[in-house]
Amino acid sequence: MNTFIDSLSVAAGLVAHLDPRFLAIVELSLRVSLMATVIAAAIGLPLGAAIAVGRFPGRQALTIVLNALMGLPPVVVGLVVYLLLSRAGPLGSFGVLFTPTAMVIAQTILIVPIIAALSRQIVSDAWAEYREQLQSLGASTMRAALTLLWDTRYSLTTVLLAGFGRAIAEVGAVMIVGGNIDGVTRVMTTTIALETSKGDLPLALALGVVLVTIVLTMNAGAHATREWARARFG
Amino acid sequence: MRVRTPRGNGRGRALDEPVAPTGLPIVCDTVGVRRDTTRLLADISTTFAAGTRTVIVGANGAGKSTLLRVLHGLVIPTSGSIAWGGRAQRPKRQAMVFQRPVLLRRSAAANIRYALDLAGIHGAEADARIHEALAEVGLLPLADRAARVLSGGEQQRVALARAWALAPEVLFLDEPTASLDPAAMRAVEHIIRDIHARGTAIVMASHNLAQARRLADDILFLHDGQLAERTSSSSFFSRPATALARAFLEDE
Repeated sequence: MNTFIDSLSVAAGLVAHLDPRFLAIVELSLRVSLMATVIAAAIGLPLGAAIAVGRFPGRQALTIVLNALMGLPPVVVGLVVYLLLSRAGPLGSFGVLFTPTAMVIAQTILIVPIIAALSRQIVSDAWAEYREQLQSLGASTMRAALTLLWDTRYSLTTVLLAGFGRAIAEVGAVMIVGGNIDGVTRVMTTTIALETSKGDLPLALALGVVLVTIVLTMNAGAHATREWARARFG
Repeated sequence: MRVRTPRGNGRGRALDEPVAPTGLPIVCDTVGVRRDTTRLLADISTTFAAGTRTVIVGANGAGKSTLLRVLHGLVIPTSGSIAWGGRAQRPKRQAMVFQRPVLLRRSAAANIRYALDLAGIHGAEADARIHEALAEVGLLPLADRAARVLSGGEQQRVALARAWALAPEVLFLDEPTASLDPAAMRAVEHIIRDIHARGTAIVMASHNLAQARRLADDILFLHDGQLAERTSSSSFFSRPATALARAFLEDE
């Protein structure tokens, strides 16, 4: 118990004094996961909308695959990306293994299915409601999809947040493809895992508190945005 | 603000305006619609001319909504054929108002702008039409309010303003007052009369016979997916020609 309280006070000190080593880890975590979320949104939102609105062969199968991929085990994604990016792998010549870029790739692969599957559900529900009206106004399928994405934007922010939350909280994939190199690819989750096993609890604890705070704040923000939008736009 | 709007059937059109091909009359030739094994419509042959007001009546499930959707090109007949002004393509200058208004999560004015944009009308012309349409339905003060938080009656008026702004040759209405209170219903009926008065043909489904009496020139009576009777409103209500229509009027 003493260890815990001592660790907690040292952790508080790290946060309060904005320890540079600690800040660098937090910053890298945010940068990698935000980047992965932005790329995954650019792929997942159009994909989800296309499956919701489009009529093409294999649509049903794609939905099932996406839903299944939502549960991808991060370590397996890490392993596959590792094999692709390793020196002997097909993408080895880019030399991005053990860099933040590799971590962004792994997290993107991990959360594209989440963003695509959840946005498909939301756009699909909206399509059921708007379909006849949009067709009556002469909207093409493409235009309808864009309209639905925009009209459900507040619900979709929650989806992006779910993706971000999964990315930033994930350990296995970034550990494998990033290598957890001090000062280069060490993020909050991998540092927590490493420092805990080394017995350096204060740093692990400080990072844990920050990680939980980020996730909670973003969820509270999303909830507030949604409530505000419901009151403002119906 | 006074804007020049194309009239429904070409009357009052300025000489320098391009004459768009008309989508009227709408001619149904033995139209039938089946979904799986259910017959929704069968053997409907009838015509809708410019400037007329037709109310489609019939019991629930008689095919009123399906017929409106066929006329608007939202449902393709599984047998028979339909032509708009002699062409098989659905014309652009039609609008439809549904029982429950479907508005986008943006302001009332922006909802109308969206529809105009899809119709290829932008800029100052769009501004003028939005202003005119909202004034026409009495919602100018609410132009910048989010459409989906308005009351049910106001939302339906926004939907009517959206239709008005498109200056359609024909406006289809599917039970437009069924979810409204009496005051909102009167407001909507008043707007429908105004839209008709400027040359737009009206085709409306209603199960409210008093409303049909108020708004119809013509009654089209559907029974079990078939056209049982089509006649002028006055003769339908005073001297229904078929036993089916007599029974329907007695029931209601």
